Amino acid sequence: MTLLEQFRLWLATILPGWEWLAYVVPAIVGIVVILGFVLTMVIVFIWYERRLLGRFQIRLGPNRLGPEGVFQPIATAVKILLKEDVVPEKGDKVLHWLAPVIVFVPVLMIFAVVPFGERAILADLNVGIVYVVAISSISVVGIYAAGWASNNKYALISALRTVAQMVSYELPLILAIVGVVLMAGSLSMTQIVASQDIPFFILQPLGFVIFFLGTLAELNRCPFDLLEADSEIVAGYHIEYSGMKFAMFYLGEYGHALAYSCIIATLFLGGWQGPLLPPIMWLVIKALVVFSTIVWIRGTLPRLRVDQLMAFAWKGLLPMAIINLFMIAAEVLWLPETMLWIMGAVNLILAAGLILMWSKLFTLGGGRVEV
Amino acid sequence: MAIRTEPFILNVGPQHPSTHGVFRLRVTLDGEVVVDVEPVVGYLHRGIEKLAEGRTYTQNIPFTDRLDYLASMTNNFAYVLAVEKLAQIEVPERAEYLRIIMAEMMRIASHLMAIGFFLNDLGAMMTPVLYMWREREKLLDLFEMVCGQRLTYNYMRIGGVSQDIPEEFLPALKKFVAEMPTFIDEYEWLLSQNEILLARTKGVGILPRDVAINIAASGPVLRASGVKWDIRKADPYSIYDRFDFEVPVGNVGDCYDRYWVRMQEMRQSVRILEQALEQLPGGEVYAKVPQLLRPPAGEVYGHIEAPKGELGFYLVSDNSIAPYRFHIRPPTLINLTALKDMVIGWKVADLIVTFGSMDVCLGEIDR
Amino acid sequence: MTAALSGEEIAHRIADKFPDSVIIADEMSVVIHSRSLYQVAEFLKNTPGLDFDYLTNLAAVDYLDYFEVVYHLVSLKHNHSLVLKTRCYDRDKPVVPSVVSLWRAADFQEREAYDLMGIVFQGHPNLKRLLLWEGFVGHPLRRDYL
Repeated sequence: MTLLEQFRLWLATILPGWEWLAYVVPAIVGIVVILGFVLTMVIVFIWYERRLLGRFQIRLGPNRLGPEGVFQPIATAVKILLKEDVVPEKGDKVLHWLAPVIVFVPVLMIFAVVPFGERAILADLNVGIVYVVAISSISVVGIYAAGWASNNKYALISALRTVAQMVSYELPLILAIVGVVLMAGSLSMTQIVASQDIPFFILQPLGFVIFFLGTLAELNRCPFDLLEADSEIVAGYHIEYSGMKFAMFYLGEYGHALAYSCIIATLFLGGWQGPLLPPIMWLVIKALVVFSTIVWIRGTLPRLRVDQLMAFAWKGLLPMAIINLFMIAAEVLWLPETMLWIMGAVNLILAAGLILMWSKLFTLGGGRVEV
Repeated sequence: MAIRTEPFILNVGPQHPSTHGVFRLRVTLDGEVVVDVEPVVGYLHRGIEKLAEGRTYTQNIPFTDRLDYLASMTNNFAYVLAVEKLAQIEVPERAEYLRIIMAEMMRIASHLMAIGFFLNDLGAMMTPVLYMWREREKLLDLFEMVCGQRLTYNYMRIGGVSQDIPEEFLPALKKFVAEMPTFIDEYEWLLSQNEILLARTKGVGILPRDVAINIAASGPVLRASGVKWDIRKADPYSIYDRFDFEVPVGNVGDCYDRYWVRMQEMRQSVRILEQALEQLPGGEVYAKVPQLLRPPAGEVYGHIEAPKGELGFYLVSDNSIAPYRFHIRPPTLINLTALKDMVIGWKVADLIVTFGSMDVCLGEIDR
Repeated sequence: MTAALSGEEIAHRIADKFPDSVIIADEMSVVIHSRSLYQVAEFLKNTPGLDFDYLTNLAAVDYLDYFEVVYHLVSLKHNHSLVLKTRCYDRDKPVVPSVVSLWRAADFQEREAYDLMGIVFQGHPNLKRLLLWEGFVGHPLRRDYL
């Protein structure tokens, strides 16, 4: 039973005859708490990314506004919000307005099923992870709409890249999730966390790698940041956005990063589990670790090209994800539950072998088309 | 059912993060595939060639700073060499060495920028640029010591250099020369084996050897295509014949080779710097040259191996204090001729990378 | 060291092949009639022993009486160079044959000369203004401009 349900039952006992209120109040309280958490964490993430990226790039990063520059994201937010809201004259005005909302709202909705503690979850859906996958893919529609509505060629290229990229990377992503679900025996996020006495990234390293890479693509992070690709298509889908609408994209992007960091932490790193510190701290720490890795990759790697990106998804990640899934299914079926460590070792060897094999197949260069 | 498609025109620039200045590429795209490219230049045209006709030979030196503003020293060098050839001026030994030292420092600085921004075009968000800046910054500090400027130096004079180097310059340069090879190793270690970098640059944007010669490409772009042509070796100017260095040559002519050639050229520049520091003589740094120089009537074409290619000055004198004609051969504009051949059939991303690997500088293209 | 070939010697060889094409020749350069420029350029490029495969620089000079177009040719094979010049006397419509089909290096340089000096290069595939905008009146590098 989650804390909110307990809260509802308690309200129902003190407010007899007002049952509807007992449903509404906990929901609002939960939403406000989650919103507060998300917005605070997004600001922390923005600051953290800038500072960390600064370190990777042998510079300091923002350090003037407040101690260690912590107020810099707030200044950025104020700056963005005060900007004029420009709508392209020949753009699709309704879609142009709607797109940031479609991008931003699903990101918030993901947090409904992120477990912050044993009982601290907004809605303990029994299909939690399916809900996450379903909701997070909605934002693609928003990005596509933004690219279309901007009436800008860069934005359009970006929008089409987005659709191709998201559809391709969702497959390995989901297959990696299925591996986790098989092992946990449940789709519920709390159950998945509860079943991780040994975190799943040890038991299925290949699944973890695939999921992490798929996540990078879903987040449009380096080296899969093709839809923003500053050096090619300038800013991609949000090239024609400014002011509050741009802020929505910006928030959506970091919110998405936060959400997926939390989900990786939940699925593979043992979620809120951990000694001494309160559960929510563990989740935040793990999410930060994941996010740091994402920033590290961003500060290190160049970008793939669009056809290489697709080839990597379809020829690299997808077959590996399928092999991984079959291996895990076989292990869950035939290996006794007490031999988890053997399972981890076998999977580690398998992961190393497969990655080595596929890296040999990865061809360098080329890709010219006759025109 | 066949889907009807049609190509569309995309304007890359004049305001675009990857055009390295104010430059426009009119690109015809079929989906993501480049069908046609037309460079549109002239946004930075200041009419230097016309302005120079109304100023004295010495007054024209600052104009040359503003050509390739990432390598001002070498521009100065090319111009004063041409004028000296025209007026037959002997330059003191020490000044020659100082010029070589400056030119090679500038080559390293320019190549650092070129490689950094090339990687930026590849999508490595600013990190390589900032690592390259770390070393360029040291070079800029050295230049500041010498002439007080960090971008437009105006250091060379007709008949020498404007002033002798300060005391603290040589130790600082020696330190830089000693540690630079380790930094180049670091760059190579970080970059040259990167799988994504190789996948993005190997075989991309190939400039075949015969085309490279036909379009008169020069500098690293020419050498990456396998032509061993370096004016420092082929037509040694100043005192380059006294130094021992190699000319790195690529074999395919793709983006990776251009990157690699630049990397190796930095090593060779360090070698030249080492030798020049060893041999640096004392003495005067400025020959007695009249303030208002009147070269004998005639013409001259002076060219040097600038970081970006062959920088030439074609000067016509009518025995007055100002050049009658002041023509600049901009290396990067002429290199750009080949861009269309190199990118057709590749993706937009490759277009940007290929363009980045040519290392253009708009100050020089537009003049 | 790039050997600068003597203009006089080359002029003899050109005159043997194309009589009446050389206007004047000295140690430094050869001046050719613009009507036979293309043939001479082709000869210089394709003759074994000369092999001028590299057109380094192309500049136009306004001497008020005539325009001079200067070609700095280099042979990467033999490492020698030559200065080839041609003249056109018509100020209103100076015409010079284009050498783009021999050396594509001339592409942008001829466009630039057309733009700033107003010399029409006949046979250039895309003779538009390069640095100035379309619709600009005049050719600023001419000595009588302004």
